[in-house]
Amino acid sequence: MRNFVKTVAAVALVTATLPVQAEGKLSLYHWFEYIPQELLDKFSKEHDVEVTMDTFDSNESMLASLKAGKLGLYDISVPGDYMVEIMAGEGLLDTFESSELSNFGNIDPQWLDVGFDPGRKSSIPYQIGTTGFMVNRDEYKGDIDSLSIIFDPPEELRGHINVLDSQGEVIALASLYLDIPQCSSDRDQLKQLNDLLQTSKQHWSSFGSDIAKDVLVSGDAKAGMIYNGFGAKARGENASLEYAYPKEGYVFWMDNAVLLKDAPNRANALKFLDFLLEPENAAAITNYAQYISGVSGAMALASDEVKQAPELNPPAGQPGAFIATCDQQVQTVYDTIWTNLKK
Amino acid sequence: MAAQLPGSSRPAGGIYSGLGMPLIMPAWLCIGFFLLLPVAIMFVYSFLTKEFRGGVIWEFSTAAYDQFFFYRGLFGDEPRQLDWTYITIFARSIWQALVATILCFIIGFPTAWFIATRAGNSRSIWLFLITVPYWVNLLIRTISLKFLIRDQGPVNNWLISGGVIGEPIHMINTNFAVMLGLFYSYLPFMVLPIYASVERYNFALSEAAADLYSSRWTTLRYVVLPAVKPGIIAGCILVFVPSLGAFLAPDLLGGAKNFMIGSLIEEQFKGNAGNWPFGAAASMILLSLVLCVLIFYARAQTRENP
Amino acid sequence: MRKQLDQRYFPGFLPIACLCLFLLYAPLIIVMVYSFNDSTSITSWQGFSLRWYKDVFFGVEAAKFKSAAANSFVIAIAAATVATFIATLAATGMLRAGAFKGRSLSFALINLPIMVPEIVTAVATLIFFSAIGLTPGYLTILIAHIVFCIPFAYLPIAARMQGIDGSFEQAALDLYATRFEAFRYVLLPLMAPGILSGYLLAFIISLDDFIITNFVKGAGIETLPTAIFGSVKRGIQPNIMAISTLLLVVSVVLVTLSWLVGRSGQRLENDQQ
Repeated sequence: MRNFVKTVAAVALVTATLPVQAEGKLSLYHWFEYIPQELLDKFSKEHDVEVTMDTFDSNESMLASLKAGKLGLYDISVPGDYMVEIMAGEGLLDTFESSELSNFGNIDPQWLDVGFDPGRKSSIPYQIGTTGFMVNRDEYKGDIDSLSIIFDPPEELRGHINVLDSQGEVIALASLYLDIPQCSSDRDQLKQLNDLLQTSKQHWSSFGSDIAKDVLVSGDAKAGMIYNGFGAKARGENASLEYAYPKEGYVFWMDNAVLLKDAPNRANALKFLDFLLEPENAAAITNYAQYISGVSGAMALASDEVKQAPELNPPAGQPGAFIATCDQQVQTVYDTIWTNLKK
Repeated sequence: MAAQLPGSSRPAGGIYSGLGMPLIMPAWLCIGFFLLLPVAIMFVYSFLTKEFRGGVIWEFSTAAYDQFFFYRGLFGDEPRQLDWTYITIFARSIWQALVATILCFIIGFPTAWFIATRAGNSRSIWLFLITVPYWVNLLIRTISLKFLIRDQGPVNNWLISGGVIGEPIHMINTNFAVMLGLFYSYLPFMVLPIYASVERYNFALSEAAADLYSSRWTTLRYVVLPAVKPGIIAGCILVFVPSLGAFLAPDLLGGAKNFMIGSLIEEQFKGNAGNWPFGAAASMILLSLVLCVLIFYARAQTRENP
Repeated sequence: MRKQLDQRYFPGFLPIACLCLFLLYAPLIIVMVYSFNDSTSITSWQGFSLRWYKDVFFGVEAAKFKSAAANSFVIAIAAATVATFIATLAATGMLRAGAFKGRSLSFALINLPIMVPEIVTAVATLIFFSAIGLTPGYLTILIAHIVFCIPFAYLPIAARMQGIDGSFEQAALDLYATRFEAFRYVLLPLMAPGILSGYLLAFIISLDDFIITNFVKGAGIETLPTAIFGSVKRGIQPNIMAISTLLLVVSVVLVTLSWLVGRSGQRLENDQQ
């Protein structure tokens, strides 16, 4: 039976291409559009390692997917600050000794002893940025210094607003707008938060993080929440876009490359972390993603265009806020608020 | 899939008598083990407990179905009340799938009729032209449509430069776009089964009706439609069922804000929610809905050809 | 026959049929045209160019799309082959084995993957693999693809087999052929066009799949649709239009092939009569 022979041959062919858990591999679980392909190629070449990468578009979806059985498939992920703490608490992170990384000393001292990973046991700084929003100035010429653009938008923008599909950021910004402390367990405040999002939702046209730049550039949305570096890229493609640092505050974040538990290629993962700590490579990421690097000496090598981008230079005296890690009780309410928002 | 599915008719006997089951066994094993069993396990999962921050705990719970039908307030401590939001999502999906099906029928029936009444070669070419889009990647077709109807897309650009409209018509990320997407995705599914029915239709019936002074449209209504009804039902099901669980059209054209069933389920597995039991429960409810439609279809079929 | 008398004629049906074709093709043709646009912005036309095709094959993302294409084709070939094999056996059992217990149930089972909404299949398969602890990878994609390809391979095969008179095989038996020989040397050659159509349909269905693959794929494995989807979320870039056009060409070639095979099959049938 020729058919049968063909079948066996085909199955053999596919099995032959099955991934082998050998040295020479590195499996990344990374944000979308956050590392230039050239840099991955460079690492591949230098260390003779085959790099594969899957992408995610929010801290929460990455966490959910790792908890749902993807742990053990990846070596490295890149969670935001609060998510590092959550992942450590969930037992999803492996630890390393500072001596295992020859470039450990390149970590910018101010980011060495951070609250979410004291002493940097599982993570190294990746990029630092902010989350605010952008407005198409051709469509709306009024003031854009308030989060009301998103949560109580002016007539011109209603129905043309994109919001990040990211629970942490949306709820943190809404809390800032209402001037409610993050993780407040006050029932009235939580209700207020829920009500605000329910009302604002009517003015929003889409939810999405990976689409955030494109909807603004293409004109599908006239305003939208966005990360500052992503926004800088958007402005590069459509000059009428302006990033805002709202007076109520904005989200300040730091993404970190972490070593995942049960990493199939731990040794290569450490090599990669070392690689990321080379100022030259960190600068390449900054030039591509357009955020601030947390590696000493990297910003000196970054292009002036990126360093001087208005998106990367918040007005003085207007600090951002880190997203807080809430306890289970509040987080459960947040989950309900988010579910209400998305249904 | 025509009204009369190939292989569904009574067997004419054959030389492999007695080998029926053994020959079908590979299909049974494959589909039974990798589809029936998974659906059964999914059913079990829909009664498990969601773990905090994603994942499941092996503890019996009806929380997923409870969440679907009831709301217990922000803090989960209010008396439960019927919650219409998920039911609304399902109703909206059914409504959109229905509108898409009707649109497909309005365009699809005349097209199928027209093709079936062509002569030899011309019919082949028409049929070929309708089949091609069916073979083209659905994702690519959805992307094409998205590109076409966006605010700065070709359609709005042409309308504006042609002076028909001053402002772009906002279509993307609306319910209308989703319906349009469903219509566009599944149109060939409507044409092909109706075509198969019309092709088998005996036109002498129409001639006879005409001889009895029936007008063309009366004949269509009282003679043709009942005769080709199985094809129409098959076409409607082939459009309605996939529309109901569609993911690409609501996600790419609807902006993932106006959830349809498909995107709601996807969110539980790929999005922020990470609520597998709820996703499994929603899938079970969708599956039950579809089974109802199919059972209705099967009954209609047996009534037609007892 | 004059139009007024011809009961096959309905005023307005021709324009609607043309509208139908227009609706089906306009978006595809526009994407094809814009894939030759010499501009980084997809909205304005700046003259003819092949730069985006060059970009697909040699650009920064070329490696990603090449490996995705390789994955897609290998999986489609393997899934279609296995599904066609299973479907051919099943069709023989359904149509050449007389009546037997469980026949109508078997018919429902074979068509089950078409009846169950794709998203439900995706969820069930994901949960199943996770429950039995099978690591997502090529194998999980392949298994899922084989399952939903079976009915698509089955339909053309069964349709063809129904058109073949059972007396041919009976004659072979009368001439002392074994049942296997009758299958191998009589039924199978007559079935060839149907099997090829089934194979091609299964192939294209596998190549087409996004939802199920997206749920069951493993770390770092992309197929063309998942890779394209990921890119498109970040904006419809001209290179995506070029890839789409290429895939479109593949589809058209396959459907034409299937069409020609079907026609030669019909001719064969006519010769028999």
